[in-house]
Amino acid sequence: MTQEIEIPLAELRRNQPRFGGLESGHRACLGCGEALAARLVSESAGPDVMYANATGCLEVFTTAWPDSAWQVPWMHSLFSNAASIGAGMEAALKAQGKATKVIAMGGDGGTFDIGFQALSGMLERGHNVLYVCYDNEAYMNTGVQRSSSTPHAAATTTSPAGSESMGKRHLKKDIVSIVAAHHIPYAATASVAYPSDIRKKVRRAMGIEGPSFLHIHAPCPLGWGHDGALTIEVARLAVQTGLFPLIELERGGVAGAMPIREVRPVSDYLGLQARFRHLFADSARAREELEHLQALANHNIEVYRLRGESRQDCMDSEGADTVRRGGMRWA
Amino acid sequence: MKQALEGSQAIARAVSLCRPQVVSAYPITPQTHIVENLSRLVADGVLDCELVSVESEFSAASVALGAVAAGSRAYTASSSQGILLMSEVLFNISGLRIPLVMTCANRALAAPLSIWNDQQDSMAVRDAGWIQLYCADNQEAVDMTIQAYRIAERCELPVMVCVDGFTLTHTLEVLDLPDQQLVDAFLPAFHFDRKLDPANPISVGTLVSPEFFTEARYDHHQALLQSAEIIEQTRREWQDMTGRDTGGLLGVAGDADARVGVLVLGSITGTLQEAMEASTDTEPACLITLRAFRPFPEQALRDACSGLERLIVLERALSPGAGGIVGSEVRAALSSLDRPPRVFNFSVGLGGRDVPLETWSRALAAVAGNAGAGFDMLDLEPSRLPQEAL
Ligand SMILES: Cc1ncc(C[n+]2csc(CCOP(=O)(O)OP(=O)(O)O)c2C)c(N)n1
Ligand code: SF4
Ligand SMILES: [Mg+2]
Repeated sequence: MTQEIEIPLAELRRNQPRFGGLESGHRACLGCGEALAARLVSESAGPDVMYANATGCLEVFTTAWPDSAWQVPWMHSLFSNAASIGAGMEAALKAQGKATKVIAMGGDGGTFDIGFQALSGMLERGHNVLYVCYDNEAYMNTGVQRSSSTPHAAATTTSPAGSESMGKRHLKKDIVSIVAAHHIPYAATASVAYPSDIRKKVRRAMGIEGPSFLHIHAPCPLGWGHDGALTIEVARLAVQTGLFPLIELERGGVAGAMPIREVRPVSDYLGLQARFRHLFADSARAREELEHLQALANHNIEVYRLRGESRQDCMDSEGADTVRRGGMRWA
Repeated sequence: MKQALEGSQAIARAVSLCRPQVVSAYPITPQTHIVENLSRLVADGVLDCELVSVESEFSAASVALGAVAAGSRAYTASSSQGILLMSEVLFNISGLRIPLVMTCANRALAAPLSIWNDQQDSMAVRDAGWIQLYCADNQEAVDMTIQAYRIAERCELPVMVCVDGFTLTHTLEVLDLPDQQLVDAFLPAFHFDRKLDPANPISVGTLVSPEFFTEARYDHHQALLQSAEIIEQTRREWQDMTGRDTGGLLGVAGDADARVGVLVLGSITGTLQEAMEASTDTEPACLITLRAFRPFPEQALRDACSGLERLIVLERALSPGAGGIVGSEVRAALSSLDRPPRVFNFSVGLGGRDVPLETWSRALAAVAGNAGAGFDMLDLEPSRLPQEAL
């Protein structure tokens, strides 16, 4: 006789033993995109990893002596040398004949700006290191100053909007293209709004022998001026507007892009954030900048062919994650 | 085995005997030959290690740091501008208590640009929390490099072995390079307790609040103070194995009853020794060679100077606006003696200016009268100053 038992699927899923590299107890702000991204990365990378972390919010909110939220070997040295520390770890592990993977990580400041040279050197030398950039588009740890990743027209404490200023004058640096120009095996962008896409890309990078790069868009409620509950929505809109395309590059060439089911106007994204508030003033300058940002988004959509052509391509929504998990919706 | 080797080649061979697993460096005159020689040893299969030729000194030091943190013995070398570019990492390495050895091929700092020797570069990072050892000749450079690994790994502190650029790095000397067996017996395989390891994950380099910072600094300071004994112990062990008395905190030579002493660091030692031996007409003097500048060997220095009336400190660096760097520290250390010697402090040989044998008689003449015992530039040529500066 068989006995019928009811298996609560959601519970089952929740109770699966899961590796957590970054545990609770850290001190990130509510709704911090960077904390979420780092958790997803460390979860997917598994336990046989060694981390080199640049100075920045992530380092500060996860480790306050004598506490640490990391369950993996983790080291912070300086702001600008995460890639070189990672390279040194990798050289040592290689000399010891170990297969432990090295992940170096930093914020946009530690990656686009001050750590840029070390990153380029590490990529050029072909170290077996996955570099993860948590992009919250400013120096958050020091109080929201502009970086070369800050988008055009965003207000920060060093690019404030005012009667003579519409926020940051310059464009966001196209880091992933620069990284890809090193002709490394794998580079990709990702967003906290698409967790299973992050997992997939981390696993892909983990399997690569050689340098790989993952650029994760991670909203910062404090610096961007949005409600902490809206982090995922804001992140998803960055993708759906075309402002932050999700792409994969192999050996320097574009190998894939996540198509957008329904392209949204950039104002939907910008309107949720205080850093773009000045763009909604009733002025010619504001309208001009809005148009400028829309043009940048349109450009991305065209270059990466982001407009989905069939329902099959419609992977940008919450549903995309579900589909990737095998069509079932868990919890 | 005795052989004639260029200083840089000898240092590279000594490093190789220590079996580093990761070597990372960036070229700069006069350190270049060391890195080139190491690269050659790797290319010829003599040294089995990961050679990481980085894009800057900042990364050279960072790669070495990452390598030791991950559990491997590492090595780097630099000089002058490279030391300054590394400086942020140097402080970090010592604060993290990373046992790393590096060579500093001493060279002046720009501006004005000079590729020649003085010791401004290592002096600029004297407060970086590293053990700093200064070599008088290339035999010492070899011996102290090997000793440095033993010291670093016993103390969990980084060691900077300073050798005068060109004077040592580019000079051929007959020296004894120990054989591999001896070095293997002297230096155990690398072991680092606090290494990063997935089987036993730890977090390193965390944020420390004011609640704990002073204690962390105290710990670091104590470790450096205690390294003095380990440096001496290592010197004795090395002497037992090789019969050579190299290393240690300081060396004293010359007349034991002398009333006049001269204190130097690095390769001036040989010049002074020769000059003092040659000058029979002057009063007896003793020569003190400071081999360890960090830890500062306060007690050993007091012992060496207790009978002196006058002490001449010659150094190849200065702190503009203050005067001598070593001189001020020596003066402070001796001030607690019952009858401290008068300390006369001179800079010599800045930016590669030759330090000839006459330096000794010049120094003696300069302190003969009861002139002020402050700081001066012993080899200044007033005729070469711009007119308006006179
Ligand atoms: C050499 C150096 N310059 C400046 C700083 C100050 N600093 C620390 S973190 C940081 C900004 C970090 O920005 P980012 O890398 O984007 O990381 P986030 O905090 O935004 O996650 C700055 C400027 C430093 N620690 N070191
Ligand atoms: S400031 Fe921004 S990035 Fe930093 S912890 Fe807060 S939300 Fe996260
Ligand atoms: Mg940032």
